Formats: sequence, structure tokens, C-alpha cells
Amino acid sequence: MLVLEAAVWEKVLAHCLLGAPLEACGLLGGRGGDDALGLRAYPTTNAASSSRVYTVDAGDLLRADRAEAAAGGELVGVWHSHTHTDAWPSPTDVSQAPDPGWHYVLVSLRDLEPVLRSFRIRDGNIEEEPVVLQ
Amino acid sequence: MVDVRLPTLLRPAAGGSASVAAEGGTVGEVFADLVVRHPALRDQLLTPEGELHRHLNVFLNDDDIRYLGKLDTTVSDADTLTLMPAVAGG
Repeated sequence: MLVLEAAVWEKVLAHCLLGAPLEACGLLGGRGGDDALGLRAYPTTNAASSSRVYTVDAGDLLRADRAEAAAGGELVGVWHSHTHTDAWPSPTDVSQAPDPGWHYVLVSLRDLEPVLRSFRIRDGNIEEEPVVLQ
Repeated sequence: MVDVRLPTLLRPAAGGSASVAAEGGTVGEVFADLVVRHPALRDQLLTPEGELHRHLNVFLNDDDIRYLGKLDTTVSDADTLTLMPAVAGG
């Protein structure tokens, strides 16, 4: 389960909408584990500048990691948008998912209303998890 | 000794440590020393050809070594190397 502060949820959706038509990406900080708590959102630059793939800018990754450590938390996951497809991990997402402990948040902008869903990706297997706002 | 900070994923290959010390005058030398101390790190850091893994970010203090001298980047004892897996997808 991924629990998100409402302000984090809003920030993630806004970042995805503002990033369109390119894929937007960012990092979630908070408390890790199977039931993670996303307390802070770190919008990052998509270094790939693409509507089909994303790479979190390396400098942004380092800065987010340090900011999160200073806040007493850890990076617990990443979000990115799919501008024209479902909020479901693509084969590329699965093959490049680096951390089985992370929570992978997908935001689909295909329809009028953005759709946010969260997944665990472990050993190539996708498992959707509930997202709860607080 | 250079302080090398490891991401969660690489810690099991280094006995669970979040940071390890290693010697060397360049990033490549530090990696070579790290691999001697923790052989399981070898394939996590470098390709079979000895190049830096494409999916690994290495920062010398605040700077990405890809924009410095890559594995030839000079390091000194006061420096910190931070390793982080690239975050990417489609």
C-alpha cells in the first residue's frame, strides 16, 4: 500500500499535467516498506525529454536523495506519466525498475481526468497496490 | 581513503554497509580497490569490458563523473563518491 499526503498527490498530478506532452517524472520521499508513506514529492527533469521514455536527471536524483536524508526520510519510489496509454508499467518500466523495495507510481494522461496508480515491480512481476490519500 | 556511499541495492554486496572506504587516485582505482575488498560489487559497478555501467550514476561530491573524466576522474582522500542506480523507464 502507498499512503500519499494529499499535497503530494496534487503535486505529482500537477507536475505530470504541466510536463505534457513529454513524460514527466519525479521522486517520492518518506517512509519506506511494503506500506510506504509518501510525504514529499521531488519533481525532476526528464533527461530523456521524450513523450515515450523517461530518465530522472542524475543531478536531480542526487539532490532529492540528499534533501530526503536531511528530512529524516528516504526515497521510496518514483512517479512518471504515460501521456497516451494506461497507468500500467510498460515492458521498459519493468526491465529498468531498479529497486524491488520501491513503489512505482504511474499517472495516465490519456483521458480527460488523470489516473494515478501504484505498483511494486519485483523480479519482473507487476503487482498493483492500493493508493490511499491522507 | 575515499568515502564511497552505496545505494540500498548494492549494500548486500558490501556486507550490508551504507558506506565503505577505498583507496585510489582515480575513480577507476577506487573501484578496483573496492572490488578487491568486496568482489561481489564487480558486476554491479562495471561492464565485462571494464566500463562504467550505463545504469549506475557516480557522483564525485556533487558532480556526475560522466561530465568529469569518467573512470579517470581524479579523487583525493577528502572526497566522497556517491553511487546511485539510474531511475528510468518508458
